[in-house]
Amino acid sequence: MKLIYFAWLRSRIGLGEERVELPAAVHNVAELIDWLKTRGPGYAAALADPSVVRVAVNQDYVGPDHALAPGDEVALFPPVTGG
Amino acid sequence: MIRVQAAAFDPGAELAAFGRGLGHDTGGIASFTGMVRDGGGLVALTLEHYPGMTERQLEKIEAEARRRWDLTGTLVVHRYGRMLPGEPIVLVATASSHRRAALEACEFLIDWLKTKAPFWKLEETEAGATWVEAKASDDAAAERW
Repeated sequence: MKLIYFAWLRSRIGLGEERVELPAAVHNVAELIDWLKTRGPGYAAALADPSVVRVAVNQDYVGPDHALAPGDEVALFPPVTGG
Repeated sequence: MIRVQAAAFDPGAELAAFGRGLGHDTGGIASFTGMVRDGGGLVALTLEHYPGMTERQLEKIEAEARRRWDLTGTLVVHRYGRMLPGEPIVLVATASSHRRAALEACEFLIDWLKTKAPFWKLEETEAGATWVEAKASDDAAAERW
């Protein structure tokens, strides 16, 4: 699975994108975030407050219950501030 | 039409070209230009975006505007990368047979764009760089529609 991070999530995690193999226990977006938090202090800091983390799967916004598939492109980012 | 680009653009020239491409059933054009504002000590603003998803979301928002209002044309130009105070960031233009549809659709497009298109602003000052936080007032503006 391809994971992409933007804005302050990218700077706190320390990388812009990575490929991961999901543990068998991770089925949806909420479980992915919980698992990512265990991968290091940068992840834990970036994902500490889920209310300011937006998630897109294959470039569409999804909620915490969205089911994940191995080939998905999952992006995590803060609320957007364009315009 | 949607354009996402690093290059600077001239809103006047963009509007003139947009107007020339419209049919004679157009009665009016409404537009909004968002610019880099120096609220005090801003050196530059850098916009990060999610290539691919940005275009996809803007196309969805444009399609929603065309579904809700009877429009004869729409244009969204949005920059990314580093820009200086006073430079245009975004141009939204809408054309319709009658003013109300053009004005409302223009406001809708910029309100939805600000809360749905994946862009993030990084403000650069003499003291360092900080990410701009999303405003609850922007969410409220988008939810009006």
